[in-house]
Amino acid sequence: MIGISLYGGYVPRYRMDRMTVFGAMGWLNPATMMNAAGEKAVANFDEDSITMASAAGIDCLEDFDRREIDGVYLATTTAPFKERQNANIVAGALCLEDGIRTADFAGSLKSGTSALLSAVEHVGFHGNSNILVSASDCRLGKMGSVQEMFFGDAAAAFLVSDKDVVAEYKGSYSASYDFVDHLRGANSKYDRQWEERWVRDLGYESFIPEAIEGICRKYNLTPDDFSKIIYPCCYPGARKKINKKMGVEADKIQDDLQTVVGDSGAAHSLLMLASALENAEPGEKLLLIGYGNGYDALYFEVTENIKKLNNRSKVSACLSRRAELDKYTKYLIWRGMAPADVGMRGEEDKLTRWSLVWRNRKGIQGLQGVKCNSCGTQQYPPQRVCVNPECGAIDDFEPVYLAGKGGKIFSYTSDMLASSINPPAIYGNIDINGGGRALMDFTDCSLDDLAVGKEVNFSLRIKLYDEKRDTTFYFWKAVPASGEVS
Amino acid sequence: MAEGIRDKVAILGMGCTKFDEHWEKNSSDLLLEAFQECLEDAGIVKNDIQAAWVGNHLDEINIGKGGYYLSGALHLPMIGVTRVDNFCASGTEAFRNASYAVAAGAYDLVLAVGIEKLKDTGYGGLPDSPIFGQFASLIGPNATAPGFFAQLATGYAAKYDIPMDKIKEAITHISWKSHQNGAMNPRAHLRRPVSKEQIMGSPYVAYPLGLFDCCGVSDGSAMAIITTPEIAAKMKPNQDIVKVKSLQISVSSGEESMYNEWDGAGTFTTRIASRKAYEEAGIENPREEIDLMEVHDCFSITEMVTMEDLHISPPGQAPEDVLNGFYDLDGEVPCQTDGGLKCFGHPIGASGLRMIYEVYNQLLQRWPEERLVKGAKKGLTHNLGGIPTQNICSVAILGKD
Repeated sequence: MIGISLYGGYVPRYRMDRMTVFGAMGWLNPATMMNAAGEKAVANFDEDSITMASAAGIDCLEDFDRREIDGVYLATTTAPFKERQNANIVAGALCLEDGIRTADFAGSLKSGTSALLSAVEHVGFHGNSNILVSASDCRLGKMGSVQEMFFGDAAAAFLVSDKDVVAEYKGSYSASYDFVDHLRGANSKYDRQWEERWVRDLGYESFIPEAIEGICRKYNLTPDDFSKIIYPCCYPGARKKINKKMGVEADKIQDDLQTVVGDSGAAHSLLMLASALENAEPGEKLLLIGYGNGYDALYFEVTENIKKLNNRSKVSACLSRRAELDKYTKYLIWRGMAPADVGMRGEEDKLTRWSLVWRNRKGIQGLQGVKCNSCGTQQYPPQRVCVNPECGAIDDFEPVYLAGKGGKIFSYTSDMLASSINPPAIYGNIDINGGGRALMDFTDCSLDDLAVGKEVNFSLRIKLYDEKRDTTFYFWKAVPASGEVS
Repeated sequence: MAEGIRDKVAILGMGCTKFDEHWEKNSSDLLLEAFQECLEDAGIVKNDIQAAWVGNHLDEINIGKGGYYLSGALHLPMIGVTRVDNFCASGTEAFRNASYAVAAGAYDLVLAVGIEKLKDTGYGGLPDSPIFGQFASLIGPNATAPGFFAQLATGYAAKYDIPMDKIKEAITHISWKSHQNGAMNPRAHLRRPVSKEQIMGSPYVAYPLGLFDCCGVSDGSAMAIITTPEIAAKMKPNQDIVKVKSLQISVSSGEESMYNEWDGAGTFTTRIASRKAYEEAGIENPREEIDLMEVHDCFSITEMVTMEDLHISPPGQAPEDVLNGFYDLDGEVPCQTDGGLKCFGHPIGASGLRMIYEVYNQLLQRWPEERLVKGAKKGLTHNLGGIPTQNICSVAILGKD
């Protein structure tokens, strides 16, 4: 049996009411009022597709043994790097072994389902293997555009395996068309789309039914055989027409999260699937459609194993962890859509020295520390001489994966002098659970959320962006653990 | 058995510029100004100097690396010149190296210099640079000096369960006191007395530190001529001789930043360096025996915790001592009689020698009545460079017999 054995999701903490967007930009394009319902998820200033994909991967894997993972497939249309494999960075953040397969799936919004299919095929071909699929997107529309209203940032991840399968893969049906509804050239930051009537009426309304009919025909099923049909389409009117055309009741259609997240591109179908798995019962059939330049339709059957999962509320937990982003201008600056004066301190050179990063990659990418075999002291960053003044053993350590351990606040501050596009810079000393201490940036919080002794989790974030060389450097930050943050 | 430095070297003369935003002066101008005062005080000429050490930390914009800048600026007679950098202890480190050279008998007339020109960066605060190396910058926070030191307040408040308001009150008194002292000192950078209300109400730089909890970022130079006590006594038969009683440096081991024993309410290095310094100087009860101090008040909270780390205030009692005026100019152990880093200013490499300059002149009773510590016999200087978890501490004790 091959299928999904674990799932996870990630929705960034910040949500912007679409009326905030309309309030700022409605004068330019009053028709966007039609799409101004609900809110959109917005990646924090230090998040992008790689950090969100890593967060979804961490949410998916929990304490699954990292040594058992054979590969990482990353799907995104907003990869921070054209050359330098993005999936590799996600694998590093998950502290996976070196001898694994990694691949980026890109170029289309259906890349999420394509990655999932490839993972299924990998496990099917090799057997006894585990592939992590993470899909993530952080797409931009121009100021005042309908895309700006529709799009939201999110990620979802699945472990595809032939052990402990909670949703068995039963089959698929795909089609490929150079149907250009949305596009972005190699050097474009913003999405372009053809006329909305074309995107909607010819696009969604003809291809989604075609996908459903195709897979039903192939496997001798009817739409009624599925407990949930999961397809992306952010036009409520078009969804109604599609459902009517297929003769399915609205309760069989998975909620598209449009009013709470927005269209998260390559991640969106997968995020909806993760959401569907939260409440799925054994024996239920789920139909998943990835859409963009054609489609992938996949069908799954939920197994008894789903009841064995400790924590099934993955996407809903992300959704309940939220904070209002009430300033449109903040969004513009976070996304690099408007120049912000960060002072001359912010202009100091940020060149990343890759040879240095390579030597220290485990400690940087995976927050890997070491534990002394002699005295048991856990420490970070990795040392060769034990830091315990009573010990001092040399080269007698085993690696420890610290990213999942979290810690407690030892001291903290909120700094207005440090240059940041999201001041104040908040940071402090963290006592890592299990031992060791590290001075780290905090994120997704304000000063009021902090107290000595409070629990934090670790989250991979953008540490710095080198504008001059268009390179992003990632490192870990501390995020206060409770939902009480403001 | 090593005997330490006590009474083995003496200060023959010192010089110190006004610390300021010297927009119109090069580092070489500052060096020359302090040098002329220093030579005059020592009663020697340039060619008498046998070796020199120059302490400088961040200012490679003006100074570059190595010993040449000092030698080239003053046209020293092709003697050995060594640039030393040990963060904010660089000036004291230059003084320590020079003292050891004389004590070792290698030379008998040497120059210790501190110099820093910070105001050529184009922005406020200290220059942003990878002071702990590139790897540390990659994994460290987006932070500045006030934010690093501000955490001593959250750490101290947690350890002693003292409300932040009480700490804020004590550190406000510290800054107020330094402004009172600095206002009387013509060479201080910031010379305006400020009210406690102004200090308390100043905008936050890094919680819980406000603008007036932070020291001045300045340009300046200070220096000393060091010799043997015998030569000093021969050259200055009619005045007291200020001798070095102890010189200690303690450098973090990584324990504070990586291990979990450090309490976050002060610095291990100051506790260690001061204990060793008292032992070297033969001081048993520092609270009684030290007559004045110049400590590293880069931030008001640093001064507060340092009062405990120097074993002057008992643990948890620094806020009380501070608020009771124990460290005021007319208190039992006056601290920052020249205004401190807070008001005299903080050109990093020069600060250690500036503190020694203040203690030296206080011991020689050269200052006007209004800010003189009468009858002072022993004075202590303290520098703390780096950040609370990774730092260099220097403690020097000077005395006259």
